[in-house]
Amino acid sequence: MIQYFLRRVFASIPVLFGILIVTFIIARVIPGDPCRSILGEKATAAVCERFIHEKGLDRPIYTQLFIYIGEVFRGDFGNSIRLSLPVTRLLVERLPTTVELSFAALLISIVVGIPLGVISAVKHNSWIDVLTMMWANTGVSMPVFWLGLMLAYVFSLLLKDTPFWLPPSGRISAGMSNDPFYEVWGWVLPESGLWSSLLVFLSRLNILNAILTANWDLLKDAIKHLILPAVALGTIPMALIARMTRSAMLDVLGQDYIRTARAKGLGKTAVVLKHAFRNSLLPLVTVIGLSLGGLLGGAVLTETIFGLSGLGRTLYEAITARDYVIVQAFTLVIAIFYVAINLLVDISYAYLDPRIRIS
Amino acid sequence: MTTETTDTIAKLDTEGLTLRSVNLWQITWRRLFRRRSAMVGLVILGTLIFIALAAPMLAPYDPTISMLDADPPQKIKARSAPCIHLLGCPEDQPQHIAGVDGNLRDQYSRLIYGSRLSLMVGFSTVTFAIIIGTVLGAMAGYFGGWLDNVIMRVMDVLLAFPSLLLAIAIVTVLGPGLINALLAIGIVSIPAYARVMRASVLTVREMDFVSATRSLGGNTYDILFKCILPNALTPLIVQGTLGIASAILDAAALSFIGLGAQPPTPEWGSMLGAERNQVFTAPHLVFYPGFAIMLTVLAFNLVGDGLRDALDPRLVHASS
Repeated sequence: MIQYFLRRVFASIPVLFGILIVTFIIARVIPGDPCRSILGEKATAAVCERFIHEKGLDRPIYTQLFIYIGEVFRGDFGNSIRLSLPVTRLLVERLPTTVELSFAALLISIVVGIPLGVISAVKHNSWIDVLTMMWANTGVSMPVFWLGLMLAYVFSLLLKDTPFWLPPSGRISAGMSNDPFYEVWGWVLPESGLWSSLLVFLSRLNILNAILTANWDLLKDAIKHLILPAVALGTIPMALIARMTRSAMLDVLGQDYIRTARAKGLGKTAVVLKHAFRNSLLPLVTVIGLSLGGLLGGAVLTETIFGLSGLGRTLYEAITARDYVIVQAFTLVIAIFYVAINLLVDISYAYLDPRIRIS
Repeated sequence: MTTETTDTIAKLDTEGLTLRSVNLWQITWRRLFRRRSAMVGLVILGTLIFIALAAPMLAPYDPTISMLDADPPQKIKARSAPCIHLLGCPEDQPQHIAGVDGNLRDQYSRLIYGSRLSLMVGFSTVTFAIIIGTVLGAMAGYFGGWLDNVIMRVMDVLLAFPSLLLAIAIVTVLGPGLINALLAIGIVSIPAYARVMRASVLTVREMDFVSATRSLGGNTYDILFKCILPNALTPLIVQGTLGIASAILDAAALSFIGLGAQPPTPEWGSMLGAERNQVFTAPHLVFYPGFAIMLTVLAFNLVGDGLRDALDPRLVHASS
């Protein structure tokens, strides 16, 4: 197992290197003069010359690549052009929104998708199966941005003044304060460094912070704000998971050992949950892993619609404002996440199915 | 599939063997027609293609002109709700089945013309990706060695980015616009086809009929395109049909955030994007384009799933 793990980790190194090069290229091939796009149209030739020399842009391209890789390894992504803030700080502040959103979306899709798939496999060809599959087929075909807008329309406008009303945008209501847990606990934060970044990161996860500070009103409010975006983002993975669970379960339920288990007198529930479901987990892991990657892409759209300043929306705004430093850093972070998820999927595959480790 | 239908196929196939030869495509069609969901997909798809072809006849107005410039000019408020005479809208008001948009254009005509763009986007990006993907995959699988390594590692890197994000990045480099968006989506979808083709090449390459072709003097071209490609066709078709669905979704998303088709082009994603802040006051302008995207994508998904089942060799074996 350890040997397999190490082999997989080493195999992803070339891909990570490729990603570094791609993000490097993206920032270099973007049309326009880097100096004037950063310092503004009015920068004089002399100023530009100094700027280009300072940034090392007059050195050979491979030297620049090495400088870039060195900076990335030191965790230094440079300063945002538009917001004049260190990109690392932006990441620490905005990543939590996306993490919370993706996690909630994935949770919804798993909690709803797996039972739906199991039920429709067990009740194969019944009306519940037909309905689930119709829903699943429609679910994977819906544009995320459309679903989000429609949900906002129904739950924020049509259901206004009912208990089902949900806020259409933002992470917490105006006037609601979200004091970081470390301040509530009276901790003094160091000026900078990994530890303080980590604390800031954790405190920006609203739900976690609300629980840590025992602020139940805030918790309720944050959850209410999270429901609509999470449902919008989670629908496609939910449909994929339901479909995959169903087909994997159908495969397994038709096998001889299931009949044996039933024949020796085991109850139907025990057979379905203990014998069949465990063996249909394998393809599910793949779908869940792939969905996580899709979630990151969908987050761009969902965050734009629901007014959440997360990774996706920041990236989108940076693209339209041509803030290449952010584009480069955020794309890199997302791609590294993606590779890590794929690695996790492969490893859990090997854990669930011993045959893979050996071959 | 119930035993009854399996039996009928088996009967049909044995009849076919004695009377006339039944090829793979005939079997596929028959199986496709038997699946209700695939039929629904085919019907939606057929209707869409008809709408796209007959758009100038079906649309009451030019999709890009304002109602102020229509003949005769209409005095109508921007984003006014649908007015359908049959459903009790006063006769003296001009009929707009899906309302008018923020620039006083007839939404219904724009929706109809949008079908052209959507289908075009789906077919062109997937054709582009299939051509490049199969060539790369075939080279990687056939020649192996360092070429295989280089091609497949590049594909791995492409796959390491969420597809929509990579498409956004590529459009940023190329500049916004429909053609660039298509190119970006095409590039992003290449790895899927390259992988399918490479896998097929690897399985077929060592088979006896390939060695036979080689010993009969067939060159690389013959082996790749006459022996291997036909064997890789079925997975490519399935992947391609499902790929059209995701290409349409991605293109709509790019247009929605303003990187794809530019106004006044009647493209569903950009129509939705232009009116997205009006969802509370003019929901019809958001609902219809999104619904149209969903129907189109659903049709391709249903047909793709149906094809996958119909072309599944295990099922072919079971029924013949």
